[in-house]
Amino acid sequence: MHELSIAQSIVDIVQANLPASGANLVKSVKIKIGQLSGVVPDSLDFCFGAITHGTSLQGATLDMEKVPFILKCRTCTTSFESEAGIVLCPKCGGTDTEVLSGTELQVVEIELYDEHLEKKTG
Amino acid sequence: MSVITIERKVLEKNDELARRNRELFAKQRTFVINLVSSPGSGKTSLLEKTLGYLKGKLKIAVIEGDVQTDLDAQRVARFDVPVAQIVTNGGCHLEAKLVADALDRLDLAGVELLVIENVGNLVCPSNYDLGEAMKVVVASTTEGDDKPLKYPAMFRNASVLIINKLDLLPYLDCDINALKRNALQINPSLTVFETSCRSGSGIPEWCAWLQQQVSKGYNVKPSTLT
Repeated sequence: MHELSIAQSIVDIVQANLPASGANLVKSVKIKIGQLSGVVPDSLDFCFGAITHGTSLQGATLDMEKVPFILKCRTCTTSFESEAGIVLCPKCGGTDTEVLSGTELQVVEIELYDEHLEKKTG
Repeated sequence: MSVITIERKVLEKNDELARRNRELFAKQRTFVINLVSSPGSGKTSLLEKTLGYLKGKLKIAVIEGDVQTDLDAQRVARFDVPVAQIVTNGGCHLEAKLVADALDRLDLAGVELLVIENVGNLVCPSNYDLGEAMKVVVASTTEGDDKPLKYPAMFRNASVLIINKLDLLPYLDCDINALKRNALQINPSLTVFETSCRSGSGIPEWCAWLQQQVSKGYNVKPSTLT
């Protein structure tokens, strides 16, 4: 259950990047979670809700983009998706593969309510 | 509505602290392994066997990570090596900061090998770079042969796989060839050892290899999350 500490790291990054007046205007936080990042999205979502409750980030949603684990075989140049983390090339059986995506764990952007035009609820 | 673009690694703070640990290790010329596995696979027993075998051959220090108690540190201290215990109080993994704090209590002068025994857990420790040269994952025969497929992130991030409790193989349905095959499908570059801490088999091979790595010096493997 390290999703709690992951959620805390996300909150820290968001807080550090907000303008002084933006603390209670966060509508959503967009993150990328790679298939092989070892993080469970549902669990992370739950933890994010729990630790932001009662803070200036309360009500902000976590917008999670799940990134598939995609590799490219250096031998036969086939690109393939591996749901189970197996890195062998399904075409030629080669073991020399390069990771194209799926190990990400990133905060991408923060979306803010416009202070005067929209009212934050929740 | 406005958008603030960030594009930062979630664990950048941990990675930065791990980088500082790594710098310190390089300065002290200390080779560091991060020992990971599920609970009960025999990490501490393997460590005891390793300390016994390498006594007088390498100067070793240990950082013990546990959720509760310093029982493992007590076991290790019998081998007359410097040891620092980290109690995470419920935390399911070690982080670079906890290791940095433990290093304040541990004198690395002259230490050639530092073993960090992580909290028993095949999921969470895989995300956290501690500044080690390599992760060593222990999988025991009692856990079955499908562990690498169930916990790919850990096996992917490790450099070495030690298959432990080999002496129990006759009593189990575990297919050790399937276990190796599964692990190598996740990470073809794994170096594999087979050990039994009860009989001592495989311990000399593992220790000789480890000694070689220490003398070769730094082979840094930083965090694999992007």
